Amino acid sequence: MYIFKLAILTLFLSVTSAQAEVPLPSISKGQGDSCVRATDDMRYNHMDYIQHHRDETMYRGIRTEQDSLKQCVTCHAVKDDDGGYINATDKRHFCSSCHSYASVKIDCFQCHTDTPRSTDIHEPLAQGQ
Amino acid sequence: MSEKEQVNLTRRNLLGGTAAAMAGLTIAPGIILVETAQAKPKDQPVTDAVRWGILININNCADDCTGCVDACQEENGWGKGSSDESKSRPDQKAQWIRKVKVTDRETGHAKTLPMMCQHCESPPCVDVCPTGASYKRIDGIVLVDKHICIGCRYCMMACPYKARSFIHETLTDQRSYAPRGQGTVESCTMCVHRVDDDQQPACVEACSSTFNSAMIFGDLNDPESKISKELARHGGVRIRADLGLNPGVRYQGIYG
Amino acid sequence: MKRIQFSEISGYAPGYLLILGITGLLAAMGLGAAYYMEHNGHWVTGMNNEIVWGTPHVFAVFLIVAASGALNVASISSVFQKPIYKPMARLSGLLALALLAGGLLVLVLDLGRPDRLIVAMTYYNFKSIFAWNIYLYTGFFAIVIVYLWTMMERRMNGYTRAAGIAAFVWRLALTTGTGSIFGFIVARQAYDAAIYAPMFIIMSFSFGLAVFLLVLMTIYHGTARKLGDAVLYRLKNLLGVFVAAVMMLVTMYFLTNLYATEHHGISAFILAGDHVYTKLFWVVQIILGSIAPLVILYNPITGTSRVWIAIASMLVIIGGLAQLYVIIIGGQAFPLVLFPGMEVSSTFQDGVVASYSPSLPEILLGLGGIGVALIIVTLAVKVLQFTPESLADADIDPNYSAG
Ligand code: HEC
Ligand code: HEC
Ligand code: HEC
Repeated sequence: MYIFKLAILTLFLSVTSAQAEVPLPSISKGQGDSCVRATDDMRYNHMDYIQHHRDETMYRGIRTEQDSLKQCVTCHAVKDDDGGYINATDKRHFCSSCHSYASVKIDCFQCHTDTPRSTDIHEPLAQGQ
Repeated sequence: MSEKEQVNLTRRNLLGGTAAAMAGLTIAPGIILVETAQAKPKDQPVTDAVRWGILININNCADDCTGCVDACQEENGWGKGSSDESKSRPDQKAQWIRKVKVTDRETGHAKTLPMMCQHCESPPCVDVCPTGASYKRIDGIVLVDKHICIGCRYCMMACPYKARSFIHETLTDQRSYAPRGQGTVESCTMCVHRVDDDQQPACVEACSSTFNSAMIFGDLNDPESKISKELARHGGVRIRADLGLNPGVRYQGIYG
Repeated sequence: MKRIQFSEISGYAPGYLLILGITGLLAAMGLGAAYYMEHNGHWVTGMNNEIVWGTPHVFAVFLIVAASGALNVASISSVFQKPIYKPMARLSGLLALALLAGGLLVLVLDLGRPDRLIVAMTYYNFKSIFAWNIYLYTGFFAIVIVYLWTMMERRMNGYTRAAGIAAFVWRLALTTGTGSIFGFIVARQAYDAAIYAPMFIIMSFSFGLAVFLLVLMTIYHGTARKLGDAVLYRLKNLLGVFVAAVMMLVTMYFLTNLYATEHHGISAFILAGDHVYTKLFWVVQIILGSIAPLVILYNPITGTSRVWIAIASMLVIIGGLAQLYVIIIGGQAFPLVLFPGMEVSSTFQDGVVASYSPSLPEILLGLGGIGVALIIVTLAVKVLQFTPESLADADIDPNYSAG
């Protein structure tokens, strides 16, 4: 799995640096100045952080914000020209921008919201981290 | 145990016998504060020092009131709380909590009560689940880890309370804190996301904001909690107690 | 007694191609139905939050139960040392594998998240009967394959008996496990009975042998190979015994239920209700699926007619499907007893019989499982030496005397 992951990322980064003809994904920036961890670290290891946090939340009731999927989705929300939020089925969605490029399929958004929700009763996002 | 909890415990011990009277005083009708003894920082794991439970006095449960059901739907985004599940037939739609009418065959006396996951101490759903997706959290809340649920529905076969639902279609209109999705099983979570945040379950909160106040949420392990005291004073029954599952949800007034 | 010659069957006869076509079509429709169900979600099926296991499970459980029973003939030959059954042992093992594969496929394709099959194989809850069954099923495959190998590889013949005994024990465990899926459900009146485990074992004997008989007769009729009367009559008499034994256990199930007052409800529900389950029970399971086959098999005229023996086997299969329908779906339709002695009602059908009507995709998925099982057999007998060239009495019966 790691080999595969690295292979994809190496390919991805080398393509980035080589500025090849393949249209690159345009990855939108999140709000604020920085991600919840070093950007490079997040690029390589975000799946492990979320996965770990997932089990911490599910089984131990730990509800810190740093690695919470809710936070990623809210802070990395992308709006289209009309000001509406973009769904994960769209390539412009932050998570999908990369994944569709690297042919990664995730099922998370079948259940998890892929955009900040106005129907939420409580505030989902503690601003910042 | 955190320092804060320690402090609370000693203060409790000091109060001793007067605690009962205090509880009666501090709790005004309609406003029940969560007992803060269990207040847990977000980065601390839950412990087995607590066992969450709900006590429902059905004498206070009005026949035509669906306040708890409505609140649950609104909170967790199912039923009227969501635009999803439009294709599913009524018996295919999610039912986290429902009102059941119980009629004594002899006397004809009828009452209603809310029915949901009873959060058993020995849950049959957990025993039968092949992947371990059904689990009981250490603080007594029975949940589904939908990340490893394969949708076999064996837990639904095993549940004596018909408390679980299977999602029969694709959903899009979820709440961010209550993820739900096609092909997995779900049920009342005792609003675990709220409990971890020191709030009461939505149904209990809604019920206490009506004049009924039929539901008490609290720690069954703590003899000083309101729920434990109420149980000690007036008792409470477990539905299908004969099965020996020891549910965390208890009722008063079903047979009386 | 001559040495038994095994050979592949010819794959170009029109009859063979027809069977291949039909089973292939069934399998394809089953897969199509599964895709349709997964793509849309289970709302397109008749299943709901009360009848959570429906028609696919009836077929799947039938195939799994029949799989273990199909191994009967092999067990009798290796474990109980009856040489007359030995030539058919390979086919018996093959059929067991094929039926199990078909049944498991249906079970998996009906999951809410079949894409997470890998999860089912990597996360285990050792308390769950379901999880034990995953071991029982994979173990069954492994053991039967080894068993077949010891039969088909001459150098391994010495180990056939040991492998046969292992397979026999394993398959008893497997059927006990399948029966226990229901037997361990304490909450439902219909299932809270230890008798399910032995009942499923006898059911497996009966269903498995019925399927075996049909497959055997089809192959030997279709290839114009000889199938002796002596061996056929033994098998059909055995089938009769099993059918009668299933009836006895069903009677015992209801008798024990009548002892326990709290189970009166479910007995009356099945035996004297006003719904499809009562009709299925009496008309299909008991009359068509049990009494009629017994009459056919033991009547001297019909009992010696191959057509009638085939009809009887067919009826046993149909009766078996009805029986499982009554157990699985009827058992769920009976309302859960939440408050003994009280009447209940709610917006979610508390206190009333749950409604269910099978949908086309479910039926196609179930039939697809049968199609897959049969296609495996059809292909395997063509490419490997599973079938003896002759099962004529003179060739296989040690007690045969021409006269
Ligand atoms: C079948 C539905 C489902 C799917 C699919 C799913 N989740 Fe979840 N997830 C849940 C539920 C339910 C919770 C519990 C929410 C709670 O208790 O607050 C949860 C909680 C989480 C949490 C902790 C809460 C948070 O927001 O941080 C994380 C992290 C998480 N999931 C990650 C993932 C990832 C990553 C994926 C995709 C690989 C995924 N989930 C797919 C249902 C799902
Ligand atoms: C507070 C807002 C915020 C939150 C919450 C947040 N991010 Fe970020 N993230 C950012 C910003 C800003 C950047 C761009 C940083 C930069 O350009 O160096 C970024 C960059 C990234 C990148 C690198 C993108 C690229 O250009 O290659 C990844 C991957 C990423 N975030 C994943 C996540 C995940 C997964 C989570 C949830 C655990 C998350 N982020 C939560 C703000 C956030
Ligand atoms: C910088 C590009 C990039 C961004 C942005 C990005 N991912 Fe990823 N993600 C990847 C790559 C590449 C993989 C594949 C790694 C592998 O195969 O192990 C991956 C894998 C994953 C996986 C594991 C998938 C699996 O099958 O194991 C999850 C879960 C995931 N990402 C979640 C997210 C979420 C949620 C977001 C949005 C908040 C996000 N990712 C944004 C590049 C990205």
